[in-house]
Amino acid sequence: MSASRLFYRIGFYIAVVLIVVISVFPFYYAVLTSFKTGTAIFEVDYWPKSFDLANYDKVLTQATFPRNLLNSLFVATSTVGLSLLLAVTASYALARVRFRGRGLLLITILAVSMFPQIAVLAGLFELVRYLGLFNTPFALIFSYTIFTLPFTVWLLTTFMRDLPLEIEEAAIVDGATPWVIITQVFMPLLWPALVTTGLLAFIGAWNEYLFALTFTSSETTRTVPVAIALLTGASDKEIPWGPIMAASVIVTVPLVVLVLIFQRKIVAGLTAGGVKG
Amino acid sequence: MTFRIKSLIAGSALFAVLAATAVKAEEITYVSGAVGNDLEIFKQIVKPWEEKTGNKVTLVPMPASTTDQFGQYRLWLAAGNSDIDVYQTDVIWAPQLADQFVDLKDAAKDVIKDHFPSIIESQTVNGKLAALPYFTDAPALYYRKDLLEKYGKQPPKTWDEMAAIAKEIQDKEREGGNKDMWGFVFQGNAYEGLTCDALEWVKSHGGGQIVEPDGTVSINNEKAVKALETAKSWVGSISPDGSLAYQEEDTRGIWQKGNAVFMRNWPYAYALGNGEDSAVKGKFETVALPSGGEGGQSAATLGGWNVAVSKYSKHQEAAISLALYLSGPEAQKMNALLASHLPTLQALYDDPEIKEKQPIIPQWKEVFLNAVPRPSAPTKGKYNEVSSKFWSAVHDTLSGKGTAAENLEVLQADLEELKGSGW
Amino acid sequence: MTPSASLAPSDRASGRELSLQQQRVRSAFWFLAPMVIALIAAAAWPLLRTIYFSMTNTTLSSLYEGQWIGFDNYLSWRTLSSGKTIWRGTLVDPAWWNAVWNTVRFAFVSVALETVLGLLVALVLNAEFKGRGLVRAAILIPWAIPTIVSAKMWSWMLNDQFGIINDLMLRMGVIGQKIAWTASDATSMYAVLLVDIWKTTPFMALLCLAGLQMIPKDIYEAAKIDGVHPVRVFFRITLPLIRPALMVAVIFRTLDALRIFDLVYVLTPNSKATKTMSVISRENLIDFDKFAYGSAQSTLLFAIIAVFVAVYIWLGKVNLTGEGR
Repeated sequence: MSASRLFYRIGFYIAVVLIVVISVFPFYYAVLTSFKTGTAIFEVDYWPKSFDLANYDKVLTQATFPRNLLNSLFVATSTVGLSLLLAVTASYALARVRFRGRGLLLITILAVSMFPQIAVLAGLFELVRYLGLFNTPFALIFSYTIFTLPFTVWLLTTFMRDLPLEIEEAAIVDGATPWVIITQVFMPLLWPALVTTGLLAFIGAWNEYLFALTFTSSETTRTVPVAIALLTGASDKEIPWGPIMAASVIVTVPLVVLVLIFQRKIVAGLTAGGVKG
Repeated sequence: MTFRIKSLIAGSALFAVLAATAVKAEEITYVSGAVGNDLEIFKQIVKPWEEKTGNKVTLVPMPASTTDQFGQYRLWLAAGNSDIDVYQTDVIWAPQLADQFVDLKDAAKDVIKDHFPSIIESQTVNGKLAALPYFTDAPALYYRKDLLEKYGKQPPKTWDEMAAIAKEIQDKEREGGNKDMWGFVFQGNAYEGLTCDALEWVKSHGGGQIVEPDGTVSINNEKAVKALETAKSWVGSISPDGSLAYQEEDTRGIWQKGNAVFMRNWPYAYALGNGEDSAVKGKFETVALPSGGEGGQSAATLGGWNVAVSKYSKHQEAAISLALYLSGPEAQKMNALLASHLPTLQALYDDPEIKEKQPIIPQWKEVFLNAVPRPSAPTKGKYNEVSSKFWSAVHDTLSGKGTAAENLEVLQADLEELKGSGW
Repeated sequence: MTPSASLAPSDRASGRELSLQQQRVRSAFWFLAPMVIALIAAAAWPLLRTIYFSMTNTTLSSLYEGQWIGFDNYLSWRTLSSGKTIWRGTLVDPAWWNAVWNTVRFAFVSVALETVLGLLVALVLNAEFKGRGLVRAAILIPWAIPTIVSAKMWSWMLNDQFGIINDLMLRMGVIGQKIAWTASDATSMYAVLLVDIWKTTPFMALLCLAGLQMIPKDIYEAAKIDGVHPVRVFFRITLPLIRPALMVAVIFRTLDALRIFDLVYVLTPNSKATKTMSVISRENLIDFDKFAYGSAQSTLLFAIIAVFVAVYIWLGKVNLTGEGR
């Protein structure tokens, strides 16, 4: 191995370590804090000194927290499912079919994401109540499409546009309908893009707070971010850092697992397809 | 139009259901930012009422941040949300939300006189009693008894005394090795809490209360200027520079690690400071906040919570009965004994059982007698904007952007413009 | 190499192809319809409602009783008897322009840094090495933590007395004394930027990674055989190929950055140095009794973002329809 190669490799691994440390350190600190109680929370420590599961116990035994986790899971999964379903077909049309007004349509879709969330809150609240969705998970799924749909449509359109023309032509020659082209030909090629956009949309829905707080009014319909905001200390004004950190750890772990499961798909994507541009 | 019809149908359908079950239990939804133990205690407190009336109370908890609560309540009320019957409201909200609450004056006419008049006054808007008091809150000066004894000092009576003692003890303690020692911690972040802190400084120097009860803007005066200059002189000398970002919990953190001689805080810090793992356990006491020297008197900003009945509630009768119960002696006494919340009924301060089990409450009566309300009543719907302008001016002064005199002059002009022809 | 996006009709103008094109357009319509209906159902009413409110004197205590006042919330003037004209409205409100400036500054710096860092991280993660899966999961953690929690977490870490950042920097000798990062106007914007970049770089990295992985491997192999320098490969091959995905990622990041709310709201509440357009509209919409005024600010925010997007699409030559390639 030449000196420059060695130098390059060392630099590369330093970069990897740096990336991991910077990303994980605050989370590590949160885990550390989640094992502390009382005044110890105000102390700065770099290594675990105490290992007290009291905070986890407190969060998990809080009657509704497991239920809130399920709600979040349901809402986020449905939102992703719904947006991907709507977006895959729509972006096929936007990316592969020539028709008038495509650019305008894309811009209009984008415009939906240009309003601050807080500004649409009042109108959305009226709508949710009018449709009788208030205090149900469907209110959240419905309102989350506002921010997940434009994003997924745009990204999938971009990715789909880059797929080679020859594949589609071959399918058309074989007499495949557009639906077959999407599901049988494009979907397998789009895995990296689908998984990535799906994951980002999932996290977006999983973490949303303002809508979730406004459109629900009972403990059993609330989602995790609201539940975390509702974690409270023993008294007014006391911020329960320990339980908050414990809850954050509990909430983040499923997402990490999700990434670990799906990242194979992300990697598998094109290498398996053997596509040539 | 269709919206109206639909809600009308929904409403009448609900009404039919209600009529059928009127004799049976009603379910009252109570929304509150109450936290932790208070949630459990609340359930205990409403139990006797539930048993007596056969109704049931469902509690909707909210995040502890009062700004978040206020935003939600305002939105829900604006859209005529009938899912919530009773709201637990901050002392400053009544004038801003009064339009959407039921007038409780008639329902409570026999018991109004038992409460502290200042609190009832703060909840009365244009002759309408928008909410009934549930418990009250007022801050005090926490001091380290052990340190004051060590250096032979008495608890301070004026801010200047406080600053002098704080400086001396802080310097000597630092020489003695405790590098992180500070003299005084307070809440200096630009938020509602700073309005509370600064109102105390101004009022205790005899500088009025920003906007007087008759609606006059009074903030630009020499005494107020002096008050803010005094506070400015603390930052960086006896109080950390970070004070400008502190809220209650930050100050309690420093205090509870044993790193402050004095702290301005609410009663909640008392029990926590005496917790098992607290570095200051048993080493501190509280005293009324200092006064501004000659012509000044101690002042503590009035806090506390009230209960209001929504105009859109479909169970108003039961909801009013619940509000009356919660502000009554039975509930308030339980609240005092179980949660050490300060009652708003004057008689309870002499209650022997409370005296015995919660000795801190009678102690707090003196603090409470000097309580000063924030100008939410005269400024009505514009209170939040007034408060925001005030805390910004104070925060600017503390962080050295303009002198106290300059900032207060601008503030006076701004507030007068906001007031226009009347609040 | 770049495929043209739709079937070019010029070279196959037979009747069968034309009817195929018609058939495709028809199915495209049915493919688009559900998405468009969903968006209209969820977004049209609230958006139009906000624009309508901005031209009334609605308050939150009387949502249905507002009266039409035209553009007075944006700009109005009256001439006093002395002949002096006074101007009112958002467009002459210094607090609003301060917020605009804060937001634009924030959006520019954060998106620029996030794009560069995200690309770097993606390049590193695109290489083959042991434990790559774990590292990928690790970099997603910042993005996965709910904003309200991570904002609180950071305000804890940045605290001047018991924050670990100050402790760390003191130990390393970077700073001489503890700094109140979120308190002073001089540093609060850096604090917000730091947290935002930490939090959203993974988003960029992941999108860049997806773009990188859609590039066929044989292109690199061909370049390797030809002995092209890696840096050259990056600028000549990689960057042009992931550019479309990168452009879209940048658009959405910019939209989010221009609308940034919760991070600022939790980390540095009420600080003039960091108050953004969304924060100031919330203040007027909810906290102050100025619902219509806040709606006007939201509508202006919408307009400003629209202008930004238009300029970006124009300057960046973003290919909206994929035609002509």
